[in-house]
Amino acid sequence: MRALTWHGKHDVRVETVPDPKIVNPRDAIVRVTSTAICGSDLHLYDHTIPRMQAGDVLGHEFMGEVMETGRGNTRLKVGDKVVVPFVIACGACFFCKKQQFAACDNSNPADEADLSELLYGYAMTGAFGYSHLTGGYAGGQAEFVRVPYADVGPIVVPPEIEDDKVLFLSDILPTGWMAAENCDIEPGDTVAVWGCGPVGLFAAQSALLLGAERVIAIDHHPHRLALARSLGAEVVNFEEVHVREALTEMTGGIGPDACIDAVGMESHGYSPDNVLDGIKMAVKLGTDRPHALRQVILACRKGGRVSIPGVYGGVADKFPLGALMEKGLSIKTGQTHVQRYGQKLLAMILDGKIDTTFLISHRLPLEQAADGYRMFKEQQNEVTKVVLKTDAAAVQ
Amino acid sequence: MAERRTHTQAGDAPLAQARDPDARAVAEAAPETVPDDSVVGRTVTIDRPRQELYAFWRDFENLPRFMENIERIDVLGPDRTHWVVKAPAGTRVEWDSVLTEDSPNERIAWSTTENSGIRHSGSIAFRDAHGGRGTEVTATIVYTPPGGAIGKAIAKLFQREPKIQTRRDLRRFKQLMETGEIARAEPPDAAPRA
Repeated sequence: MRALTWHGKHDVRVETVPDPKIVNPRDAIVRVTSTAICGSDLHLYDHTIPRMQAGDVLGHEFMGEVMETGRGNTRLKVGDKVVVPFVIACGACFFCKKQQFAACDNSNPADEADLSELLYGYAMTGAFGYSHLTGGYAGGQAEFVRVPYADVGPIVVPPEIEDDKVLFLSDILPTGWMAAENCDIEPGDTVAVWGCGPVGLFAAQSALLLGAERVIAIDHHPHRLALARSLGAEVVNFEEVHVREALTEMTGGIGPDACIDAVGMESHGYSPDNVLDGIKMAVKLGTDRPHALRQVILACRKGGRVSIPGVYGGVADKFPLGALMEKGLSIKTGQTHVQRYGQKLLAMILDGKIDTTFLISHRLPLEQAADGYRMFKEQQNEVTKVVLKTDAAAVQ
Repeated sequence: MAERRTHTQAGDAPLAQARDPDARAVAEAAPETVPDDSVVGRTVTIDRPRQELYAFWRDFENLPRFMENIERIDVLGPDRTHWVVKAPAGTRVEWDSVLTEDSPNERIAWSTTENSGIRHSGSIAFRDAHGGRGTEVTATIVYTPPGGAIGKAIAKLFQREPKIQTRRDLRRFKQLMETGEIARAEPPDAAPRA
């Protein structure tokens, strides 16, 4: 089959690789029709996530048709149209039973789990196409994918619905939703969102749906800010104003009640702390560049809530611990428990309460996936989301 | 028999996690050991009933399903087993082991026989987990860094990282018991990628 493979920093290629096959009884093989490039794929593209190996197939946002199921799979039928969550979860462990699917204890193969256990104290959960830290599973920017525990994860969607309306159930829509849910929004709340990439935009949309009175979105790309405004958010361009002072003024001196960091480890901007962090990353003295998160913590009102869907991988300096403690903030973060939200968000899409298609700026054939990465990396203003289509999509 | 010491002197932490386990304490934890033995211990919680986990482990022929370096275990009698273990460079190491304790639904312990040429003993203990979370399973492996020619092959096998081996085996045991399968990113027979 054809698949997008990783070969090093800024080196991804579409190549012919072996077709996947059923390995375990609960597996299914999905023939991909649509698959997207995620903002977090850019961390792999920039090689800021460790444990990548040449030839790894990337991609964790994908959907398609069930081609084959293992003998232990009683739920899916061949021909079902499914969206596959990026988190691989067994459905049977303590964490899955608590609906903390992104903490599944079983999906990371035993031999791959050592490094993340060393780094984080406990092993990470498996995920598609996201380094050997999360299991080394082949990803979805491919013609076919093997899906483990296929009786748990895949969301069966109506056959007639367009891919582009439901594809983002795989990651960024539930990630934006969980980011907003983690804000514990109360009536009258103002929620500030750093980053108007896909997750930030969906978080802004979700915060309004969850009852926020105002959402203030922060970015520097005019097109992305315009999208945020079209969703009902007020916008702040960080190249134009001092963000923290602007937020304080815009909230009558109180500050936002909840703040969402939808930026993560590769923050932009030329503030002194961020320049210093960039140097530390370059010489391997630090791994993460948390400029946005520092600002989030300083900007949030006393007793407010901080939600971090942005991806971090290592350690960071100059974390404003004093502000966090003295202001009495609470923080919620984590990879998304995608399986928890699938049915609810699908229903909201089918009811017309949520539209996700506004985000897609580019549709490319899978063969041009490498161009898609370059565009997404280099033209962040115009390129808000790249969806790759396989040949199987054309015959649908 | 005096109650087996399984915890440190001054606290409630397991003995295997002591910074400097004294020889006497190790000997009390696993009576078969001699002073130079090393001890490795690890606990996982498995969300299955104690009886089920005990029964699966008590059938030693099941162990190679999740212990990757073990090719086969033959049951020779009610308390005697023959182990065939993969060693480096495609070779094999074999030994006989006897059951030294079998407390149904609580603990199984085994140890190599005297003429095996290597010293290796282990135990697996099952306790009800707090809060209805299933069963806490503790594996304790005691091994002697062996000498001699055959010892060298075995040394590679066990000294490489008995701790890593135990950790990975227990993870696979948990996967198999909770999900019915062992998590793999690739088929077990997949050729290594260039």
